[in-house]
Amino acid sequence: MISTLTPPRTVTYREALREALFEEMEADDRVIVMGEDVGKYGGAYAVSKGLLERFGDRRVIDTPMSEALIVGAALGAAVVGGRPVAEIMYMDFVTLTMDALVNQAAKLHFMFGGQLSAPMVVRVQQGVGRGAGAQHSQSLEAWFAHVPGLKVVAPSTPADAKGLLKSSIRDDDPVLFIEHKGLYARKGTDPGREHTVPIGVADVKRPGVDVTVVAWSNMVHTALDAAELLADDGIDVEVIDLRTIAPLDMQTVLASCRRTGRLLVAHEACQTGGLGAEIIAQAAEHLHGLLHAPPRRIATPDVVLPANTTLERALVPDTDAIASAIRDLVRS
Amino acid sequence: MFAPNPTMAATETDTETLSRLYRELLRIRRAEEGILELLLKNKLSSTMCHVSIGQEAVAVGVCDALEPDDYITSTHRGHGHFLARGGAMSALMAELMGREAGACRGRGSSMHLVDASIGHLGSNAIVGGHIPIATGAALWTALRGEHRVVASFFGDGATSEGIFHESVNFAAVQRLPIVFVVENNQWAMSLPWAKSTAQQSIEVKAEGYGIAGVDVDGQDVLAVRTAARDAIGRARRGEGPTLLGLSTYRFLGHSRADPSSYRDKAEEEKWRLRDPVLLAHNLLMAHDFDEEWFEQVDRDIAAEIAAAIEIAENSPPASIGEVFSDIYATPLEGIR
Ligand SMILES: Cc1ncc(C[n+]2csc(CCOP(=O)(O)OP(=O)(O)O)c2C)c(N)n1
Ligand SMILES: [Mg+2]
Repeated sequence: MISTLTPPRTVTYREALREALFEEMEADDRVIVMGEDVGKYGGAYAVSKGLLERFGDRRVIDTPMSEALIVGAALGAAVVGGRPVAEIMYMDFVTLTMDALVNQAAKLHFMFGGQLSAPMVVRVQQGVGRGAGAQHSQSLEAWFAHVPGLKVVAPSTPADAKGLLKSSIRDDDPVLFIEHKGLYARKGTDPGREHTVPIGVADVKRPGVDVTVVAWSNMVHTALDAAELLADDGIDVEVIDLRTIAPLDMQTVLASCRRTGRLLVAHEACQTGGLGAEIIAQAAEHLHGLLHAPPRRIATPDVVLPANTTLERALVPDTDAIASAIRDLVRS
Repeated sequence: MFAPNPTMAATETDTETLSRLYRELLRIRRAEEGILELLLKNKLSSTMCHVSIGQEAVAVGVCDALEPDDYITSTHRGHGHFLARGGAMSALMAELMGREAGACRGRGSSMHLVDASIGHLGSNAIVGGHIPIATGAALWTALRGEHRVVASFFGDGATSEGIFHESVNFAAVQRLPIVFVVENNQWAMSLPWAKSTAQQSIEVKAEGYGIAGVDVDGQDVLAVRTAARDAIGRARRGEGPTLLGLSTYRFLGHSRADPSSYRDKAEEEKWRLRDPVLLAHNLLMAHDFDEEWFEQVDRDIAAEIAAAIEIAENSPPASIGEVFSDIYATPLEGIR
């Protein structure tokens, strides 16, 4: 029996990521870390702290400020036997790496007849919360869902972050691993050493019968808070955490919607062309006549994000906004 | 019958090497002539096709200097690199014809040749897109202490891409075992070298990066081979990368549709005299190789190409089903 005296150990999202890196680097000497300031500095968000001291500068490589090179060279190392984990400091800088990700890494396995593969991870962090402004806060995950050949994940909890990072490192395909700057300090259950989470499987973070809310990354927590709020009003919300952005686990989403008859997608990315559009399109294709209300999405409006925390907070959907959207859905 | 060549200095080279290089130059020339014929007969699976006729000494001289365990990366104009590195003629022809027996099982066509078994890490349709990949491969071999060298072929035009700078700079800082082969055919489509850069010397460019660099006659296969051996030797000894500038010329248009109307005919004529196949032929004649020997080489190559095309024609076309199933190397557990 589990002792009731010792509470489950908790870890932060940051620590969970760091532990995943430590464990995978310890288990497999082909795993290397490369990027800007990942060594002594420990990464802009301190995820790789301690790796240099433990594994040395041949496995923890500080690169020049050359984002295209970082991803391209990670790909080259992957093609000839390495399992690199490259860090791009902010999702916004991924624009500088687009060729390596989109035209090269995503294409190589199929295009070369299966002769080559790209077992690499590109870690990025995105999102609002620090007033980091127009060039340091964007959520761009939908761009990469549009590129067959990439796998894209965006975990919301320490356990999922650890499990998905380990799975991503062990995967033989290029994985874009999207962290959120608002999540690093968040605590959660420590999943322990040998914890992996399969890529491509969504998770029901809260079961409910009245409405399905689909979210990912930091927005999962906002959705869970909204669900908590609505429980007092007798509205029972199911919250699905996608965890993997591409390819989408629509089976889990559709099965939930068949039970609840109502769908809301909540995301931090701006609305037009966001992932919500794809999820709702698929729901419309598969659930015609089964939904009690038209599916809805709630997202940041199509704006240039201001570097002003007051304005920022006013733009991104919060607990109240999600709760009110759910109330509308349930009433209609 | 051939114009004399005053500058090709091959005195110390043994005739065995010389004849091997000549055979390879001619093999690429004839293969690409065959490809152009297939193109006219509408037998290619794609409309994209860039031949390297006139530039063969670059591929042959560099690849001859590499060891079997070394790596190369290549360009949209990569038939010659593929063959010179040891790619099978039938894999080339079948690829261009969209067949299962092709290098990429008929999915890549002219611009995406590959053969991992001989260290050919792929040719690329994004100009410069493979330079960081080559650099990363060099990083990995260096980290593992494997003593392999990477040769990355790219054109004069590619040196204007930002990724060229990022890659050369990183390779220089890390002293990676890589040779950046600037296959300078003087033109990037319609843009002449003088409008690509204000510093046309590769040696001087290299100085700015703190690495070795040379400007070499890319029509002289022996000069190319010698310079490549030096560069590869430096890389293998841990002395870092080299920018290997090889001056050459594309005798035909950029692609099938290009009549090169932007080029001066006199310039074309001048370079035609410096045909790398011709130059090597002349040198062999000077070493008393006779007509009979040349005719035998011609026959051997023609037979190899005919057999390759036959293999391609007998191979099934690329299958559509795998277009859906082969996107990932690791299948997904969650997607049902
Ligand atoms: C990034 C990129 N820009 C433009 C093109 C279109 N394009 C293909 S080849 C070429 C010229 C390349 O010149 P160079 O690098 O000198 O190679 P060459 O064709 O002379 O062998 C251009 C503009 C491309 N494929 N990729
Ligand atoms: Mg050129």
